[in-house]
Amino acid sequence: MARIDVRKTYKLYIGGAFPRSESGYSYEVTDSKGKFVANASLASRKDVRDAVVAARKAAPGWAGRTAYNRGQVLYRIAEVMEDRRPQFEEAVRQSEGVSAAAARGQVDAAVDRLVWYAGWADKLAQVIGNANPVAGPFFNHTAPEATGVVGVLAPQSSSLLGLVSVVAPVIVTGNVAVVVSSYARPLPAVTFSEVLATSDVPGGVVNILTGDATALGPWLAAHMDVNAIDLAGVAGSPELATSLEVAAADNLKRVRRAPDAEPDWTAEPGLAAMTAFVEQKTVWHPIGI
Amino acid sequence: MPTTAPTDPVPGLAAYSEVTASEASLRRFLHGLPGVDQVGAEARAAGLGTRSIKTTAKAWALDLAIRMVDLTTLEGQDTPGKVRALANKALRPDPADPSCPSVAAVCVYGDLVGEVKEIVGDRVNVAAVATAFPSGRASMDIKLADTRDAVANGADEIDMVIDRGAFLAGHYLQVFEEIVATREACVRPDGTHAHLKVIFETGELQTYDNVRRASWLAMLAGTDFIKTSTGKVQPAATLPVTLVMLEAVRDFREATSVQIGVKPAGGIRTAKDAIKYLVMVNEIAGDDWLDPDWFRFGASTLLNDLLMQRTKMTTGRYSGPDYFTLD
Repeated sequence: MARIDVRKTYKLYIGGAFPRSESGYSYEVTDSKGKFVANASLASRKDVRDAVVAARKAAPGWAGRTAYNRGQVLYRIAEVMEDRRPQFEEAVRQSEGVSAAAARGQVDAAVDRLVWYAGWADKLAQVIGNANPVAGPFFNHTAPEATGVVGVLAPQSSSLLGLVSVVAPVIVTGNVAVVVSSYARPLPAVTFSEVLATSDVPGGVVNILTGDATALGPWLAAHMDVNAIDLAGVAGSPELATSLEVAAADNLKRVRRAPDAEPDWTAEPGLAAMTAFVEQKTVWHPIGI
Repeated sequence: MPTTAPTDPVPGLAAYSEVTASEASLRRFLHGLPGVDQVGAEARAAGLGTRSIKTTAKAWALDLAIRMVDLTTLEGQDTPGKVRALANKALRPDPADPSCPSVAAVCVYGDLVGEVKEIVGDRVNVAAVATAFPSGRASMDIKLADTRDAVANGADEIDMVIDRGAFLAGHYLQVFEEIVATREACVRPDGTHAHLKVIFETGELQTYDNVRRASWLAMLAGTDFIKTSTGKVQPAATLPVTLVMLEAVRDFREATSVQIGVKPAGGIRTAKDAIKYLVMVNEIAGDDWLDPDWFRFGASTLLNDLLMQRTKMTTGRYSGPDYFTLD
């Protein structure tokens, strides 16, 4: 007798827990050929609200950790991802419709990307910080600090590498993230949240909502308790991106603007994604007394 | 609907003078009150908590809840500066929005009443905790002197704690007499009296039956309000405990035509919780109690959440704690 399929309904990842959507809605996720794969929770604006509360709660603890420790935690995420390679490869292959070899390549790149950002945790300050020469008896230096709660609209087509490439640079500097995953390809993000839950990342540091970025984006952009927003997920919709930028201006959010089209995530990322979400703090300290 | 009232047909407080005449009769009366169905009370409270209050009803509930807040600070580290800041917040909880109502009262320790009074005047009441708050363990003379001091400083309301040790030991008449004496200490030279709230510290009373007994005991002793907790003991206010107290004030009014207020305090931190309480007040006691004169929230962090929800309703976007004072 044929075995009955286990038809899964995946949940959201908020504050280290896996709740259902507050709205109770879910939606069907299909593979690249339109075949049913699983159900995913359809996050509502109230889930955005709850996720921001959870993120805000986690923010001081995460920013207060040493950069070295944050690097270790990011490296640990990469280790756990490595352990779940087959699951990630399957999810990427199903959602993006690529060959098994290409999916394997994506997972490799995603793990490498995490390791790369993990290395930056305790080095970014040396590169973008500075000891400033000033005309007075002061030791004057500038160092980057976390911005706070960052809303991230994850890329719509690159479901794993794109996701990792926007989340890792946010959290490595001590920010916490509220992520809206790709709408049509949420399953790699769901698996990623299961990885986060089991890899020393404190609850609330990364919150992953599966749902529609065009519906949730405006709430996230207008939310007064969100300090910055990455609009990568609305690449290619300039009108929506502009309206989100306008909404974000109300509380002077830092905005990482949406590119015209989704970039090639395999390219060398550079520092821009990290420096977009840090505050430079300059300290004057008297010397020679 | 079953009531907790005795089957005495005669209304009026006078009918109970015999009940409070002796330790034995008081005990007989209090232990004769019907027991609380614990499972039923908790299920009913949980059921009422699922009501969905939206749009205009929510806006109305939020404003009412703000008007019902007793903005409280009861810390050893309270300074005159801190309570002055709190008093200003009580007057204008949301400085950005003039349509936001003031809270009901500011609740502080007795020695800080003057500081608050200087700022709020008669626009917001000043409540003072007295009678060796929060433990209630001191000699009677000290408790009464504590109360008189606070009243002399200008307190409009006195929050007293009962001696839970005496209550649990079954010395009901002692507790009764303490409340009566404190009520007398609340009288001002001009004959008016400061409103008396009696705190049971329900977290220490162990059972709902005890909460019901304590409620009747305090109401018979002539209190104006019954209050759940000091906020210093966990669990503080819970929905089922407040439900039992609301039933008691409802039944007391049926029996005596005297209306008593209820104040849950401690542990109510979100606007959602506050609205659950308001639903319960309406359903259990009735809408006569939906007024700051008859229902209060003892809280400090609750106010910020109410303001954030209110701002969300007026601006259409979620607000954050950065835009309200820390307290």
